[in-house]
Amino acid sequence: MSVLSTRRLRFLRKLLLGIAGLVAFLVAWQLTPTLGVVNSQYLPYVTDVFTRLFEEFRDVAFWRRLGLTMTSWAIGLTVATLAALVLGTIVGLVPWLRRATHTMVEFLRPIPSVALIPLAVLLYGLQMRAALVIIVYASFWQVFVQVIYGVADVDTVARDTARSFGLTRRERLSYLVLPTALPYLMTGLRLAAAVALILAITAEMVIGNPGLGRMIELSRSAGDATGVYAFVVVTGLLGLAVNIVFRFVERRTLGWHQSVRGEEIR
Amino acid sequence: MPDRSTLLRVEHLRKVYESAAGEVEAIGDISFTMSAGELVCIVGPSGCGKTTLLKCLAGLLRPTSGLVEMDGSPVTGPNPTMAVVFQEYGRSLYPWLTVRANVELPLRHKKLSRAERDTLVADAIEAVGLPHAARSHPWELSGGMQQRVAIARAIAYQPEVLIMDEPFAAVDAQTRADLEDLVRELHGTRKISTVFVTHDIDESVYLGERVLMLSSSPTWVQEDLPIDLPPERDQLTTRALPRFTELRTHVYDQIQRAKRGSAAAPQSAH
Amino acid sequence: MTTHTGRIGPAPRPRGAGVRIASGFTFALGLPFLCVVAWGIWSTRSTNQFFPGPVTIFEAFVDTWAGRAIVDDVLPSLSRLAFGLVASIVVGVAAGTVIGLARWLRELLEPLLEFFRAIPPPVLIPVGMLLLGPTDTMKVVVIVSGAIWPVLLNTIEGVRATDSVMTETANSFQITRWERLWFLVLPAASPRIMTGVRQGLSVALILMVISEMFFSSSGLGYRIAYFQRNYLVAEMWSGILLLGLIGVLLAVVFGFVERRVLRWYHGMREVTRA
Repeated sequence: MSVLSTRRLRFLRKLLLGIAGLVAFLVAWQLTPTLGVVNSQYLPYVTDVFTRLFEEFRDVAFWRRLGLTMTSWAIGLTVATLAALVLGTIVGLVPWLRRATHTMVEFLRPIPSVALIPLAVLLYGLQMRAALVIIVYASFWQVFVQVIYGVADVDTVARDTARSFGLTRRERLSYLVLPTALPYLMTGLRLAAAVALILAITAEMVIGNPGLGRMIELSRSAGDATGVYAFVVVTGLLGLAVNIVFRFVERRTLGWHQSVRGEEIR
Repeated sequence: MPDRSTLLRVEHLRKVYESAAGEVEAIGDISFTMSAGELVCIVGPSGCGKTTLLKCLAGLLRPTSGLVEMDGSPVTGPNPTMAVVFQEYGRSLYPWLTVRANVELPLRHKKLSRAERDTLVADAIEAVGLPHAARSHPWELSGGMQQRVAIARAIAYQPEVLIMDEPFAAVDAQTRADLEDLVRELHGTRKISTVFVTHDIDESVYLGERVLMLSSSPTWVQEDLPIDLPPERDQLTTRALPRFTELRTHVYDQIQRAKRGSAAAPQSAH
Repeated sequence: MTTHTGRIGPAPRPRGAGVRIASGFTFALGLPFLCVVAWGIWSTRSTNQFFPGPVTIFEAFVDTWAGRAIVDDVLPSLSRLAFGLVASIVVGVAAGTVIGLARWLRELLEPLLEFFRAIPPPVLIPVGMLLLGPTDTMKVVVIVSGAIWPVLLNTIEGVRATDSVMTETANSFQITRWERLWFLVLPAASPRIMTGVRQGLSVALILMVISEMFFSSSGLGYRIAYFQRNYLVAEMWSGILLLGLIGVLLAVVFGFVERRVLRWYHGMREVTRA
């Protein structure tokens, strides 16, 4: 038999095992409240959760709130990316700036942006604006750091070649720096997208601006366990979707580039 | 018949792979024997399955058919009578261990006392000329030194057969000369039987007591040539001998024929 | 023909060590110092009550956190964090190793793991509240349930990707299974595992803060939220500052540990890059 069938066999096996795992998990989930291991008030039946999920999918209000979450996600991500791109390029290209800002960056970066939530609430009240501050703060660092790496990664020989041929600064920027930095930017974008989603939902949960996160918190305080779990599943699916899309985009832009990116180990 | 006993016997070895293009017969029919204490070199055109042969000898691969016998018993898997030195020393030595720890690692599961183990390790590291590097990490050393560490690891293991898979292919010419002399010296002092695979024809004639020439795929033993050069060999003088030139020309010739596929295959006995 | 890439003319004299150290300091502390000074000046001028001056914040810092508060709030928070982190690392590495080595297990669990990893960690807090109530156990469990994913998944990836030549070497020398685990698989995976631990660290910190700010009545996060709700602005800032310092401290400690554990890895990379 040709190996084509072996490869297909392997794929099939992977698919079946994956589905089996999923099914086994759902069955275990269903059995846990059934057998009384945990009260169904705190861990509802899988069937109930999915029924509720499909109900929500038919509800316009659900989509509206989801839209709000994605709106703050998108706005926050865009603002953060643009700011990080501009600032990161400037800092990355000017060595003494890098050194000068190093301490501040290393101090501000590890601060969990959720620590700033009280401040944001003080400044902007319980509204989307407060959430946006948090989202932008967290996402900014992801892109900023990657852009700095990318800009610094410009091959010195290529740069010397460009200068000796008399390319203007703007030409160097667009033909040399930006293409080198592009894969790094894409990595940063993927990381920032995930972070932005997490914070958009978190902010809604704790600040209370309307959206998916607020739905989760309202369900919890109302004791609506089915709702909580249903919305958690939605966030998981959202997270998966964002991850898949951005990984795809990253891989496409990376196709021709063979640089080693700094996401892994620093 | 020489008075040395037969150590390694290979009979009608055949290995077939499944690949994207269908079945690939890496080894067609290989048979040879090796006596204890011999240094046998194996040469062949690229892609003729030399590495596959080595892996079958070392028990890392199961042959499709045929027999590999060590000391009278069939080889079914890796066993303590054989030690391998791989070509890619950079990926065979463990970078998180020191040189000493690398050499010691295979000895840990052997039933030896601490003192015995330490002696073996120190001895091996000394034999390859690296006593000052015992505490370094492999990546701190040059390519040639790293390969010495791999050799030390293999001889510390005290195998009956040392199997070397193009060990000096990735090393520069000067270092290679030193390493070749090291192998001859180790073989001379310790009398370890050695199977040495290479694509370098000169090297095979310089090192070997016998040279096995492999054909191209499906591989079989095209010729088994005894090397009647004096046992004390030297990079300068030996290579200048007329006999050396004769032998190497002959081997070169055979390899060219093997590449062209014009040598006749023996009667197959599947 | 050579290309001139720098200045044309005599090279500058090499600077003495004293100048180098001084310039190093200036770069390291210059900008932060300037920022603090600028903030100080601006805060005395402005009437914005939400941005008190640095001196005020510093005083509030000392008043609030030097004393009972450390024992009552900060230490419990940190110990929960530590507990959760250690549990995440131990379970994550152990499970990740088992899963990474058994292909069928990996394929079985992969869709599940991918899904759970995609759930935003703070969302697990309401679930935790449902199952365990607003207890200390809940907080630790939530930290573990969030921080374990990067550790687990990175361990699986690291264990999978053991170099084939190294594995073959181990096979050829008949190295035992446990030796293989300890001397080959885990060290080879350690760079990847450390990445996972670093990510887990930041997730754990986030979860600690949120679970305390909004679902608890004690802890550092709770204190900060309490200050905010009562418009004790300077105290709130001091709390944020403390949290920032903790975050930085964790990052520094992690950096030390990572450099020590991965000394061989960094050394190797330096050599290959040279």
